[in-house]
Amino acid sequence: MVEGIGIVLLKLAFVLLFVLNFGGLLTWVERKQSALMQDRIGANRASIFGIRLIGLFHTIADAVKMFTKESFRPVAAEKFLFTIGPGISVFFALVGFAVIPFGDVLIIGGKEINLQLAPLNIGVLYLFAVAGMAVYGVVLGAWASKNNFALLGGLRASAQMISYEVALGVTIIGSLMIYQTVELQEIVRWQGGTLWGWLPKWGVLMQPVGFILFLTVGIAQSKRVPFDAPEGESEIIGYFLEYSGMGFGMYMLTDFVETVMISAITVTLFLGGWQVPYLMADGFHFPWGATWQLENWAVALLQVGSFTLKVMFFLWLQMTIRWTLPRFRYDQIMRLGWKYILPISLVNILITGLIITLLK
Amino acid sequence: MPRNIFKTLQQKFSDFILEAYTYRDDAIVVVDRNAIYDICKFLRDDSRMKFDLLMDLAGVDYLGRDPRFEVVYTLYSLKNNNRLRIKVPIDERNPQIQTVSTLWKIADWYEREVWDMYGIRFKGHPDLRRILMYDEFKGHPLRKDYPITKRQPLITAEYTNNSTITPTVELSNKAMDEYVSEEDGLKVKHMFLNMGPSHPAMHGVIKIILELDGERVVSADVGIGYLHRSFEKHSESIYYNGVFPYTDRLNYVSPLINNVGYALTVEKLLDIEVTERCKYIRIIMSEISRIADHLTCIGAMAMELGAMTAFIYFMQAREAMYQLIEEVTGARITISYVRVGGVKADLPERYEKRVGEQLKKVRAEIKQVHKLLTRNRIFVDRVQGVGVVSKEDAISFSFTGPLLRASGVDYDVRKQFPYSNYDKIDFEIPIGKNGDVYDRYLIRMEEMEQSCLIIEQAFEKMPKGAIMVDFEGQEIPAEKMADLGKFGQTKNLLHQVAVTDPTLLGSNKPYHDMVYAPDKRVSLPSKEKTYGSIEGLMNHFMLIMDGYGIRPPRGEAYFAVEGANGELGFYIVSDGTDKAHRVRCRPPCFAFVAGFGKMIEGAQVADIVPAFGSINMIAGELDR
Repeated sequence: MVEGIGIVLLKLAFVLLFVLNFGGLLTWVERKQSALMQDRIGANRASIFGIRLIGLFHTIADAVKMFTKESFRPVAAEKFLFTIGPGISVFFALVGFAVIPFGDVLIIGGKEINLQLAPLNIGVLYLFAVAGMAVYGVVLGAWASKNNFALLGGLRASAQMISYEVALGVTIIGSLMIYQTVELQEIVRWQGGTLWGWLPKWGVLMQPVGFILFLTVGIAQSKRVPFDAPEGESEIIGYFLEYSGMGFGMYMLTDFVETVMISAITVTLFLGGWQVPYLMADGFHFPWGATWQLENWAVALLQVGSFTLKVMFFLWLQMTIRWTLPRFRYDQIMRLGWKYILPISLVNILITGLIITLLK
Repeated sequence: MPRNIFKTLQQKFSDFILEAYTYRDDAIVVVDRNAIYDICKFLRDDSRMKFDLLMDLAGVDYLGRDPRFEVVYTLYSLKNNNRLRIKVPIDERNPQIQTVSTLWKIADWYEREVWDMYGIRFKGHPDLRRILMYDEFKGHPLRKDYPITKRQPLITAEYTNNSTITPTVELSNKAMDEYVSEEDGLKVKHMFLNMGPSHPAMHGVIKIILELDGERVVSADVGIGYLHRSFEKHSESIYYNGVFPYTDRLNYVSPLINNVGYALTVEKLLDIEVTERCKYIRIIMSEISRIADHLTCIGAMAMELGAMTAFIYFMQAREAMYQLIEEVTGARITISYVRVGGVKADLPERYEKRVGEQLKKVRAEIKQVHKLLTRNRIFVDRVQGVGVVSKEDAISFSFTGPLLRASGVDYDVRKQFPYSNYDKIDFEIPIGKNGDVYDRYLIRMEEMEQSCLIIEQAFEKMPKGAIMVDFEGQEIPAEKMADLGKFGQTKNLLHQVAVTDPTLLGSNKPYHDMVYAPDKRVSLPSKEKTYGSIEGLMNHFMLIMDGYGIRPPRGEAYFAVEGANGELGFYIVSDGTDKAHRVRCRPPCFAFVAGFGKMIEGAQVADIVPAFGSINMIAGELDR
């Protein structure tokens, strides 16, 4: 019993550290990558004892700044909701990670440890439920600020997130039909197989259209450029207009955590999660017959590493998109969601169903 | 041409035409104030006249004369390509005149400004409020009896205590609470949003009060004046060359064009021509500024749409342009480079090569941004069909520059009234047809390429001449020469040549004479002449001493140049002294901002941002 709790706590610590560190690090990545893309130097001023470490300390400096700044609340604001708004937002962004598997099974002292925080058999549904709740943090914060700009931002956010919620669910039904399960660990395991003996059976190959649609909807869910109409910094400044200090910091953190989240889900559903091509539980089995035996701990390490690398790739991709494209207008986002993404997803489901039936 | 206009007018309005004459090729008609509306209507609508643009409307105060005030209308006809100035004397006891805001939409704002500055009332004006000054301001600042040193508190304690702070803006002439309309049986209350004066997209300082139905803009009221610096009042209090630093601060993104515009107006008043080389230098510097201005405009617009990367690319290109400007003028923004009768100093050595290098950089960045934006689906969706201004509206609001051309009207001051040798240069004017933000973007992109071509041609055509100095034992450094002069050791000084940097003011005679008009009334003599001959010294003092300086003859002139935003006009009245009696600046973006409320009506909140970016509002020139 105590052992079990200890393991859960350890896993919890790992996931939280993973997510929060990535989220925090993203503030640095965003600055540095935009700087690279724009021929600038980027953040490099913060230093500890003269060591600058290519600006990595800015992450710490940011955190210190956020914590020590005055948290200002407008007189007219709804006191309670205004205070808990950012908390709700960041909470629901974080709890989604509970069901993301970051590795297969690690055996320590004959005890099998599932490298997933909460092995829920309704994993995907849980994810969507949690993603659906995230909008409350935004809307409540925006409404409670009693500011017209923030209110506009909140309205945009609720409309956008609820619309894309629908699309988010529909886009992956095709994949779920193939995987025949909604448990994420099982989905990842399913992707471990090969096609024609050599091609890894990753979701992206089975559902290329679904993959692109899901990624688009995912970025829209995280409210980042080109879907950042709720923020729209040059138009309405955003739903967090009246927040300062850590309140604002939490909204910003939510953005980054959601970016990590979207990457993690995409990887899990479409890029084989922790799978490394040809890596089985006991080592590599290459299609040309060669094998390479590995210890269980090494396999687990490779799997976690593979998952991390894939997530990092999608973080990079999202940053690149963010710094390349301009922003959609609010009604254009709606049109894209309802008139293009949703019908295409439905057609995708139809075609997937047809193919599955024919192949039977 | 003017004669025909005069004749027709005199036949039709014989009782009301007080005077009709030309001065410095400007056609001027002085009319009685009772007939101003009819005359304007006739001039606008008559098929032979077709004065469809009200370019400018300004007041002048002739204190001590009766009638004391004058309202000056500058009309322009697209069809005949000519300007006409109508002057209306107005009595001090009853400063009132019929409004023309029903004829030209822009007159609404122009007349508000005249009311604000001179206290002349316009009968029938729909909304005669102050525009540049704040509502609590007492008096009318441009009147000659309003002392320039007078100060007023912004808002008095008395005002804040007993005012009920009623909104001075009345949108749709209703009280705010009654804002309920019925749509599909639902009662809708509109929301009010104060966009600005402190808002990230309102670069410069400007306030837009929006009446919103959801995300849709029902009506908008634009408020300006937050950056009013009394440019016109200052210009009346200082000698002619002293105005240049003030003109730098008009359109601070392309200050060189303002310099050139002001200098050319004073030169027109004095009736002098500058040297050929100087003309080309002015062209080159103007076009470099134009490129910088367009880069800023497009970059800022892209940034506000979320395309930050395009903005940074363009800022890099602009940096190249600013470096060029810095090499010539020694400053980047407050350059004060042009002088009446010339420019401060000649171009530095090997400048042509430097310009070639930098233009290459700019072209590369433009190409880059073309790839990023021009066919980018999101960008095109955001800007196409947004902020549309029809041809008729553009003319009625007297838009000029890229905005007028985007609406499909072929008007560019560089082509229509060529100045500074623009007629000797081969370039094209891009014309749009939809009048939306996308067309304005494309036009600005193309104009930058045309400006590059103009610069290259100007360098080809520029007379070269003896720029290099002869080093045969004759020359002394300029500062030493000045010392010698001060101690009276002036023997042979006139024949000696100083070795200095060519960009140093007044030094080095060959350079100096290349860029200064050979006119003793305006051009400071070169230092060799000043320290080497009594004529030069006298000339120097005549231009420097207070009360002397440049003194244009009694008269007035309007001259316009093509600023980066459009027609940048100056109207200067001289009373024969060394200080102008009246300097009126016609800022191009004043018209755009006046028409902005109409431009965004019915659009979405998000459309305000690209539309506002595309009009390139520069608060320095808008509020003066």
